[in-house]
Order: sequence, then C-alpha cells, then structure tokens
Amino acid sequence: MGASHTGFILASYLMAAAVFVGLTVRAVLEHRAQKAQLARLEQRGARRRSEAA
Amino acid sequence: MLRYANPTLFLDLARRLIPAFAGLGALAIAVGLYLVFFVAPADYQQGETVKIMYVHVPAAWLGMACYSLMALSAVGTLVWRHPLADVSQKAAAPLGAAFTLLCLVTGSLWGKPMWGTWWVWDARLTSVLVLFLMYCGVMALWNAIEDPGRAGRAVAILTLVGSVNIPIVKFSVDWWNTLHQPASVFRMGGSTIDASMLWPLLIMAGGFTSAFVALHLAGMRNEILRRRVRTLGLLAAQREPEPAGAPALEHP
Repeated sequence: MGASHTGFILASYLMAAAVFVGLTVRAVLEHRAQKAQLARLEQRGARRRSEAA
Repeated sequence: MLRYANPTLFLDLARRLIPAFAGLGALAIAVGLYLVFFVAPADYQQGETVKIMYVHVPAAWLGMACYSLMALSAVGTLVWRHPLADVSQKAAAPLGAAFTLLCLVTGSLWGKPMWGTWWVWDARLTSVLVLFLMYCGVMALWNAIEDPGRAGRAVAILTLVGSVNIPIVKFSVDWWNTLHQPASVFRMGGSTIDASMLWPLLIMAGGFTSAFVALHLAGMRNEILRRRVRTLGLLAAQREPEPAGAPALEHP
C-alpha cells in the first residue's frame, strides 16, 4: 500500500511547504515595500501629528 | 493588553516576538518532521499514507483557530473599539484562508487513496469548504471598502455571522453520518491515537501554531505600517500647493 501512495504524501508536504514559503515571502516583501514607502513620505517632510508635536 | 493598544509599542513588541516565534516554529517543525519520517510507525490499515495526517490535522486546527481569533477580534472592534482589533482581523484572514485551503487539499490527497475519491459532499468537508469561502468573503469585503475604520466594522459583523460555522465544522462528524472519521484527539474519554503517533502530531501542531503566530504578528505589523503610509499620504496631499492655473473648487 505504502509505495504506491508516495506521490500523495509528497504532494501534501510540498503543498504545506509552499504555503509556509508563500506566506513568509509575502510578509517580508510587504514589510519592505511599506517601510520604503514610509521612508519616501518622511523624506518629503510628511510627519504624523504625534511625531510633529 | 491595553498598553499594547498603542501601535508604536505593539511594533516594538512584534519586532522582538516575530523572530522568537518563527525560530520556535521552525525548530518544532524540524523535530516533528524527523519524528514523522524516521520514528513514527506506519498505520496498520493506512500504511505510510497516515503521514498526511501530520500536516492535514494541524492545518485544520489552525483554519478553525484562526477564524475563532478573528471572531474574538471582531468583538474587540465592535464592543471595545480596540485599535488593534481590526488590524488583527485583517492580518489573520489570508493566513486562515491559506491553512484552510491546505487542509482541503491535503484532505483530498488523503481521501483519494483511502476512500477512493477526492471529494464527497459530507458535512465535515462541506462545512470546511464554507469556512474557506467565508475567509474569501472577509478578504473581499476588506478590499471593497477604502476606509479601514468602516471596513473593520463591516468585516467584524460578517465575521461574527460566519462564526456560527465553527461549531458546525467541529461537531459535524458527531451530528451527521459522515465519511470523515470522528474526532480522535480532542474528545471526551481521551485520544484514540497511539502515543507513537500522537506526539509527532502534537509537535507538528505546535510548530504550525508558532509559525502562525509569527506570521500573524508580521501581518499586523505590515497593516499598521500600511495605515501609517495611508495617513501620511493623505497629509502630504493636503499640504501640497495647488498647481498654478488649477480651477478653484466651488463650494455650495
């Protein structure tokens, strides 16, 4: 029974790995993008009221 | 808890917690994978195919736990108006959708060799599919309303309505006659799984949960930054002088 089902087991673990890698990459790229955008806005002189005070 | 209602303090806390939970999750999953592939025995009926359980079950638990977290956050939004409640909700939805999809796909990959079919419309499978669709609906609503405050309240109501599905998912195997097996870990009378399989399962579940916490905190951090960018963008647009020759706005 085991050997013939290797493909199903492998596919399950690959899918799990893809979910973790995908979510991690998405979080890292989003963090970089927001930080870069925030830095650009602050360079143009934009400040939140709490920081400006 | 209230102290961390301040997003700046939360960002500082998240900066320290994200690597800790990510490291703990990676370590637990590594130990879990070693136990699954080199220590845990094959099932006497299912053979090696039982190894799918070690990713399917933690994904299913997280799919339900994440929606419960969203429902709790929805209460935080509507009742306490906690500033981080809708941030938590928004960050959790894609994670819940991903883990529920993982549960559905690995369930299908387990079902084909064991049941002889990829899918049946039984109560457990159908209610988990509904859970996945609820996550999709919540994400769509977030994207449909531009103002985060208004979107947060609308999503909170939708989330609370959808939370009725969580006990249905959990107890579907008891209330209806399903092809899916009944609960075998968290049940009255204790687990029916042998310790040689239960420990690897619990370690994998712990690893998945720890990684989920890291991803959720990272998602919340990104959402806070996204809102700061939005606020600063609006302030910058207000301050910028109107170009010469631009038509004056008429006020009624």
